[in-house]
Amino acid sequence: MFRIFESIGRYVLLMQKVFSRPEKMQIYYTRIVREMEALGLNSIGLTAIISVFIGSAVTLQMAITLESPFIPQFMIGYATREVMILEFSSTVVALILAGKVGSNIASEIGTMRITEQIDALEIMGVNSASYLILPKIVATVFFFPFLAIFSMLIGIGGGYGIAVITGIMNPMEYIDGLKYCFYTSEIWYALTKMVFFAFFITSISAYCGYYAKGNSLEVGRASTQAVVVSSIVIMICNLVLTQLLRT
Amino acid sequence: MIKAVNIIKSFDGRTVLNDVSVEFGTGQCNLIIGRSGSGKTVLLKSLVGLHDVDEGAIYYDDICYSTLDFRARKAIRKDVGMIFQGGALLDASTVAENVKLPLDLFTDQSEEEKMERVNYCLHRVNLDHAHNLYPSELSGGMVKRAAIARAIVMNPRYLFCDEPNSGLDPQTSIVIDNLIHDITKEYNITTIINTHDMNSVMEIGEKIVFIYEGNKWWEGSNQDILHSDNQELNDFVFASAMAKRAKGNIVK
Repeated sequence: MFRIFESIGRYVLLMQKVFSRPEKMQIYYTRIVREMEALGLNSIGLTAIISVFIGSAVTLQMAITLESPFIPQFMIGYATREVMILEFSSTVVALILAGKVGSNIASEIGTMRITEQIDALEIMGVNSASYLILPKIVATVFFFPFLAIFSMLIGIGGGYGIAVITGIMNPMEYIDGLKYCFYTSEIWYALTKMVFFAFFITSISAYCGYYAKGNSLEVGRASTQAVVVSSIVIMICNLVLTQLLRT
Repeated sequence: MIKAVNIIKSFDGRTVLNDVSVEFGTGQCNLIIGRSGSGKTVLLKSLVGLHDVDEGAIYYDDICYSTLDFRARKAIRKDVGMIFQGGALLDASTVAENVKLPLDLFTDQSEEEKMERVNYCLHRVNLDHAHNLYPSELSGGMVKRAAIARAIVMNPRYLFCDEPNSGLDPQTSIVIDNLIHDITKEYNITTIINTHDMNSVMEIGEKIVFIYEGNKWWEGSNQDILHSDNQELNDFVFASAMAKRAKGNIVK
C-alpha cells in the first residue's frame, strides 16, 4: 500500500517537472510534430484494422441477437452506432493504444535512462522530463481524439459493409438506425474520454520508463508495467467519466 | 578548478565514498583511477551533480555547487561538458542534431551560426562526413568523438569523461586521449577523466587520484606513479603482464 502512495507521489512530482516552463518553445513545436507522426499517424493502420472488424462483428452479432418480429431492423444500425461511439472508439481503442503507444514510450524512455541519455540531457542543463515527455503528452492529447473519430467512422462503415456483403439486413435500414436518436453530445463525451485516456497512457508510460533502472530486463518490465497500469487507469477513468458526463 | 571537500556518499546504508577530499586543477587532465566498484564513477557523478552527496561540499572555482538550487545549478551546467562511457548520444537524432542540441536550447544564434559551430566541432574531432549519420550507424570510436564534439560545443569550462576509452582498441584510445588532452590545453578546461586505461594514465595523467574502497588512497602525477611504494596502487597499476615487464625494466 505504501508503495502505491510513493509511486503516486513520484508521478505527481514528475508531472510538475514535465509541465514546468519549457526552455525554448520552437524546439518543442518540432518535437510535438515528430511525436504526432510517431505516436499518432503510425497508429492509424492498427486503429483502422481493429475498428473495421469490430464494427462488422458488432453488426453481425446484433443482427443475429435482435432477430425478432417485434424489433425493427434499424435497431441494429442504432445499436452498432452506440457501441462504436460510446465505448469502442474511445475506451477499447485507448486500451489498444495503451499496448502499442504505451509500451513504445516506456521502452524508449527506459532505454534512454539506462544508456545515460537522460543523464546527458541533465548535464547539459536540459529539463529532461519536460523535453522528453511534454511533446509526447501534447501530441497524443491532440491526436488521439482524431483517432477516435476515425475509429467511429471506420467501425460504422465496417458494419454497413458487412450488411451489404452478407445481406443479413437491409443496408438502408442500417443507415436509418445510424440516424435514429442521434445526439452530438455522445461524440463530445467520447472525445472527452479520449483526451483523458491519451494523457494517462502517455504520462504513466513515460513515468514507468523514466524511473527504469538497471538493464534491458528492467526496460522490458517497465514496458509491461506501463501497459498494465495504463489499462487499469483507463478502466477506472472510464467508469468515473461515464458517471460524471452521462448521468 | 573543481574541489571536493570531505564528501561522503552512501547507497542503501553502504558507504561508497568515505570522506574524500581532492582538488582538480584548471587546464590539466585530472584522472581518477581505481578498480571496478571502488567508487570512482560515484565520485565523478557526485562531482558533476548527478548524485547529491550525503555530507561534504563540492566547489566549482569559488562556488559551492552542492548547496545551489536547481536554477543556479542549471546556470553552471551550461559550462559543463560530459562524455559518457557509452557516448549517450540521443538515438533518434543525427550526429549534427546531437551536437547542435545545446545551441538550439540555450543560445539565440541564427541557424547559420549554429551550423558553423557544429561544423567546427565535428571537424575538430575529425567527423566531417558524419553529420547525417545516426548513432547506430557509427563505430565505437566515432560515437566517442561525436560525444566529445557535443561536450565542447558550448565552450565548457569543465569537462568530465567517464571511461572514454572503454571498448576501444589501443590505437583509437590514443586518438581519443590526445583529443581530450589537446582540447583541455586549447580551451584551458578543468578536465576530469575516470579511467582504467593505464596507457591514458601514462600519456595524459597530469594529476592522478587513486580511489580504493571508497577512499582517496593516493594522488600524484604520471611521473610519480611508477615510483610509488603504495601497495594497493602498485597492485592496480602493475596488474597486467605488460606493465609487470615494464616495471622490471624500470627496476633494472
